[in-house]
Amino acid sequence: MSRESWGCSGLGVRYGGTVALQDVSFEAPAGAVAAVVGGDGAGKTTLLRALAGTVQPSAGTVRRPDVRRLGYVSAGPGVWSDLTVEENLSFSGRAYGLGADELGRRIAGLLERTGLTGARDRLAGRLSGGMRQKLALAMAVAHQPDLLILDEPTTGVDPVSRAELWRLLAGAAAGGAAVVVATTYLDEAERAATVLVLDRGRSLLAGTPDEVLAATPGLVVEGPARPDGLPAWRRGARWRAWSSGGSTPPGTGAAAFDLEDAVIVAQLRQHQGRAA
Amino acid sequence: MWAMAMKEFRQMRRDRRTLAMMILLPVLLLVVFGYAASFDVDRVKTVVVGSRAEQVAAALPERFDVIQVSADQGREAAVERLRDGDAVVGVVTAETGRPQVLVDGADLFSARSVVTELRGRPELPAPEVLFNPGLETSAIMVPGLMGVVLVFVGTIATALGVVRERQSGTLEQLAVMPFRARDVLLGKLLPYLGVAVVDLLVIVAVGVLLFDVPFAGSPLVFALGALLFLFVTVGAGVLISTVSETQGQAIQLAMMTMLPQILLSGLIFPLQAMAAGVRWIGYLLPLTYFVQVARGVMVRGTPFGALLLPLGMLAGLGLAVFGLSVARFRRDLAPAGPRRHADASDTSAAEAARTEAGAR
Repeated sequence: MSRESWGCSGLGVRYGGTVALQDVSFEAPAGAVAAVVGGDGAGKTTLLRALAGTVQPSAGTVRRPDVRRLGYVSAGPGVWSDLTVEENLSFSGRAYGLGADELGRRIAGLLERTGLTGARDRLAGRLSGGMRQKLALAMAVAHQPDLLILDEPTTGVDPVSRAELWRLLAGAAAGGAAVVVATTYLDEAERAATVLVLDRGRSLLAGTPDEVLAATPGLVVEGPARPDGLPAWRRGARWRAWSSGGSTPPGTGAAAFDLEDAVIVAQLRQHQGRAA
Repeated sequence: MWAMAMKEFRQMRRDRRTLAMMILLPVLLLVVFGYAASFDVDRVKTVVVGSRAEQVAAALPERFDVIQVSADQGREAAVERLRDGDAVVGVVTAETGRPQVLVDGADLFSARSVVTELRGRPELPAPEVLFNPGLETSAIMVPGLMGVVLVFVGTIATALGVVRERQSGTLEQLAVMPFRARDVLLGKLLPYLGVAVVDLLVIVAVGVLLFDVPFAGSPLVFALGALLFLFVTVGAGVLISTVSETQGQAIQLAMMTMLPQILLSGLIFPLQAMAAGVRWIGYLLPLTYFVQVARGVMVRGTPFGALLLPLGMLAGLGLAVFGLSVARFRRDLAPAGPRRHADASDTSAAEAARTEAGAR
């Protein structure tokens, strides 16, 4: 398996006259999981499609392996609902040129790892959301790609299946693949080696989760009530706020903030910059 | 109830293609088919052969459109012209006695009009009906209906099969797999072609065994015509699928291609009975040529050489339709067009970026 680093530099994508991505740079090193984070409309899908080669960039460069060394799970179902689990895996494996013996071995291994052995003959359309996503992932890794791209594989999936999917992603990375996964869940992104946060088609934050946290300016404070005069947001039953000057308002204390707080702070800074 | 009706009206207003079909199509169909819906054949192509050909041709009633007069040819030549579909009536003259009038029974409505006229005028000779002596409707309709079945399987089933891939979201998955566009297309089409061929064999067997439709000509020529016709219909199915987002739209469009073919191909109404403008629409439709091939081969036993024009037209239409459909399908799978991938999230990203740029 190749140890190259895949990704893009200065990537821009236009839809006609409008800009979907602008000057986005991103690294997906081999053997690691890279997360692309952002809300609805941030440009995650466009970035992943540009990486996969289904969207033509208008600017910048994309580094990706040959299509035979690429695995992709789209935001759609990603599986053929009127084929069985085994037929889906078989189709995918054959499409990538696996021979019958090798394919049989890999299918057995993938069914085992994904816990789908018992559902081998079940139509994909009759699988639960989590099982379907595991099947889509198994199809994408059947040919042991160098670059594995997944568009929100855990959206709408129950917590247990999410954990299993991340275990499988980690397994693919451990096998040497560069794994790029788009997600709206920031707690998931914290498990990744690197994170790219997109906002309105632009790079908002990038780096390892620790680097992103370390780069957060000011202070995130927490208290039982909404602090006056500071931009604040709820986390569970408590309020958090960003103190750009690093002061601690009465009734609050410094919070052990996480990636979600860091992204909120980055967005607040961007809004303040625009307003100024 | 009003809330429901208002919701429905709003949805209908946004589905402009369906709305246009609901309002414009009935008018269009009425006008076109109004000019097409006629069984009355005013003039029939006629060849006159034999020693008194000139004299007899001059005396024929106006209905007989004499296209060839040949004094040095006999009955055999007249039958050949009828078999090749060049003429509907052959008048064979001799030095003595009444002329023989041969009528092509495969051209049902023309033949019926000629037979009716000749039988009503005792001074004219009694006609001899060839190829379909009993003037059976089934012998004429069944070969044409085979074409309708092939349109159904070839166009509708293919269009639905390809659109299903798009609608279910798996077309994007195929686009990132190491397939060439033609591999995807041919791989998708082969099963439909296989089913269509099985359908064809079953229909021919049912037509011959159940409806006593003759099969006078070469099965190979028939098979060639059917394959070329399938080539066109399957291509039309793919073309429809490339402009349809949903299976409902695909069915609408497929029906729009199917209805004119049924009514304007000569399957039901004779082409020569249609107004010229409408008849020319018929000449652009593949079923027109399949009907000519199927009736020619099965009922008349028309040889390959006499069917070169309809076979060539089917091949030409097939190349045009299939070429266009492959080009559009390739565009669907190619990475060149970001706009086609613009889903809600991407669009909003793009719009947000533009809005932001505009604000600065």
